[in-house]
Amino acid sequence: MAMDAISSPETASTGRAGTDPSRRGSRPSPRLLEGKTRLIDLKAEGQPNLWLLGGALCIAIVMILSLVLLVLWNGLATFWPKPIAVVTLTDGSLVAGEPSRTASFRVGQEVLATLPPEAQAEIAANGGYASRTLYRTGNFDLYGDDFRWVADFQARAKEFPRDMVLFERQEWGVFVGRIASFVRDGRTVPVTDPWADEVRQAHRVARDRFLQIRSIQRVEIGEVNHYLESERLRLRRAALQYSEGSRELEAARARFVEREAFYQRQFEELSARAQALMREHEAETVTLVEIGGRERVQPLGTIVRFYPANDVNLLQKLGIYGSRWFEFLTDEPREANTEGGILPALFGTVALTLLLVVFVTPFGVITAIYLREYAKQGRLVSAVRVSVNNLAGVPSIVYGVFGVGFFAYTVGGSIDALFFPEKLPSPTFGTGGLLWASLTLALLTVPVVIVASEEALAAVPRSMREGSLACGASKWQTIRYIVLPRALPGIMTGVILAMARGAGEVAPLMLVGVVKLAPELPIDGFFPFIHLERSFMHLGFHIFDVGFQSRNSEAGKPMVYTTTLLLIFLILVMNLTAITIRNRLKRKFAGSQF
Amino acid sequence: MPDTMLASPAEEFPPTEYHVRVGGRGEAVEIMEFNLWYGTKQALFDNTLSIQAGLVTALIGPSGCGKSTLLRSLNRMNDLIDGLRISGTIKVEGEDIYAPGADVIAIRKRMGMVFQKPNPFPMSIFENVAYPLRVDGVRDKALVQETVERSLRGAALWDEVKDRLDDSALGLSGGQQQRLCIARAIAGSPEVLLMDEPCSALDPIATAKIEELIDELRGQFTIVIVTHNMQQAARVSDNTAFMYLGRVVEYGDTDTIFTKPKSPRTQDYITGRFG
Repeated sequence: MAMDAISSPETASTGRAGTDPSRRGSRPSPRLLEGKTRLIDLKAEGQPNLWLLGGALCIAIVMILSLVLLVLWNGLATFWPKPIAVVTLTDGSLVAGEPSRTASFRVGQEVLATLPPEAQAEIAANGGYASRTLYRTGNFDLYGDDFRWVADFQARAKEFPRDMVLFERQEWGVFVGRIASFVRDGRTVPVTDPWADEVRQAHRVARDRFLQIRSIQRVEIGEVNHYLESERLRLRRAALQYSEGSRELEAARARFVEREAFYQRQFEELSARAQALMREHEAETVTLVEIGGRERVQPLGTIVRFYPANDVNLLQKLGIYGSRWFEFLTDEPREANTEGGILPALFGTVALTLLLVVFVTPFGVITAIYLREYAKQGRLVSAVRVSVNNLAGVPSIVYGVFGVGFFAYTVGGSIDALFFPEKLPSPTFGTGGLLWASLTLALLTVPVVIVASEEALAAVPRSMREGSLACGASKWQTIRYIVLPRALPGIMTGVILAMARGAGEVAPLMLVGVVKLAPELPIDGFFPFIHLERSFMHLGFHIFDVGFQSRNSEAGKPMVYTTTLLLIFLILVMNLTAITIRNRLKRKFAGSQF
Repeated sequence: MPDTMLASPAEEFPPTEYHVRVGGRGEAVEIMEFNLWYGTKQALFDNTLSIQAGLVTALIGPSGCGKSTLLRSLNRMNDLIDGLRISGTIKVEGEDIYAPGADVIAIRKRMGMVFQKPNPFPMSIFENVAYPLRVDGVRDKALVQETVERSLRGAALWDEVKDRLDDSALGLSGGQQQRLCIARAIAGSPEVLLMDEPCSALDPIATAKIEELIDELRGQFTIVIVTHNMQQAARVSDNTAFMYLGRVVEYGDTDTIFTKPKSPRTQDYITGRFG
């Protein structure tokens, strides 16, 4: 604390020394003088439950740490390129794939009977158990499965050939095999080295072409469709507004016919361009050979990424790792969400959480101000307070049901009937969407904000309020200029808690607008640019969907870990931001305790 | 917290017969037969007191005698307390502040107040002093600037803070904070300055500074100061009112009260026999 300006340093220091003798000189404490340490009797120290408290804390920390480490380890390892093993089975057939995990299992009697005696003896020595390894074989289109268990007694030899290549494909998941040849300008080029410039170059060209086709189809044709649709809606609005045969309706019809023809021409031009590219795309094929010798011919452009898994150096591995993360963070999902990126889900989660904060903060703070500052404290206010606290304990799915029933169907339905009659019966706001989802979550988390804000308001010293009132400030001015700024850090704490809870919530969202795959982001280039009525993707739901709703949960598992990691990281980042802001505010009020 | 009242039989108290006419430039505040109840408990009994303009009036008395309550009645700060009832009148410059249609905010603007503990707002030094103008909606920057400087000079703080007006007021020492609060109180150009034990949370040196300041402000404002410290009352005030159990027992010019008190109770208190 700053010293009073008129007190000289001498007077200040002597004054202090006089009042506080323990600071005078460095007199050693009696305990040190004894010169020996002794066991501290916890009971004598008055701390008999210290071990209990410490133990509980330790258990909590261990549980949290192991969860975080599990997610961190699995999430970070997912994208690291793994080697491909080729296993020769006892029957002579070959299995190629990334070894994914090893487990021991009890061997069935009928299997055991078919084994040679030495294998039987080994299993018997292990108490009837044998070890087996799960290989990610890929080639779902050929095998009908992505994974295969191989028991140790089935395997005769295992090696890691340098020419085994892992292909990540646009569809059908990964392909494990060799690259035989590719077609360029109508001639077939055989491939011996997967790292060869020739094939890399051809792949790059084909991939760019593929992305171009996709861009034409999605962006440009999408744009034409959007304008065409808005013309159609304009006509329909005119039809609803004006009577049959009126001049306005005729004018609208004429305009529509003209505009439709215009957009139709544009559409045809674009699709002709796309088709021309598509023909090139389909002509340039690549021939892949799986380990058993079966071939698969497909356009080179549908291969996202390929690398000889047993012939990559550390630098190349890092490159693959980085490019996979980049794709994960910036691209759309493919293969029923089990591969590709999660950008829409990431975007949806961030947008949802920010909107949640935008809705919940004023709502909660205004309620708290009324309850604490204006309402006459009595039974009714106490009852309201208890109810608010109880709201925090209502199962979140109940909020989801309320959200879809009240927000989407009732409020949204009315909005549709009033403002978007031309689109009916297909709903605009009358179904789940980002707006309703964030409002539902705001409702779910508002008790947290109210309770925290009330406490923060109550903690503003009475002297501050009196000081302001004595200056001739009105009650509102006092709240606005003195009480609220002072309570802001506490309010922020409530908002942080609400945010953390809201960002991790999934159950209610499933009813009010989260979808497995959203065709469009809630922000795009079309007026009004932010489309809060749209359904959206969410990381939490993505985890549930990939982990439990996909074709093959084993294939989705890595994605579950990485998505969880990302979600935790995202919440961490958002919380840290909020905490930084709060601490900055707190520092502003530091030293206010006189 | 307002001083709470010890309930006592009313007969015990003499009427305010020891009032003397005190000199001054006329009456700034006139308290007439003022009673005040917190709920069912009466805290002030039939107080009648006329405070002279331009002078320093001290309210002294033992804890719980109602001196803070009386002071806070002057700018209606007691209104914040639930279940408050009053009777009687208080006139400031002839205007009844408890009249039914009285504008509380306008009344408070006429009365600057300094509290027991320094309570600077969590804002810059400048904004603290400018606060009364801000709530008045004054937008004229030059006027605000000028008022802040004048008030800080008036509170003998200008030289210490002129280079750091934009720093947080919470970084000041306790004594500086209290002088800042005085600057804030006089920034709204009040007629009366109410001080509720302004030095009770300060060290002796800061106290001496505040007392010096009160002396300088004498004449510019009508000052009413509540104090526990009889030496302080003797040093700074022109007139002194001694209160006991919710009543003004004796009121007169300070020298007389401290040298020849008329009431035996006053005598007992100032000689330290109770209180």
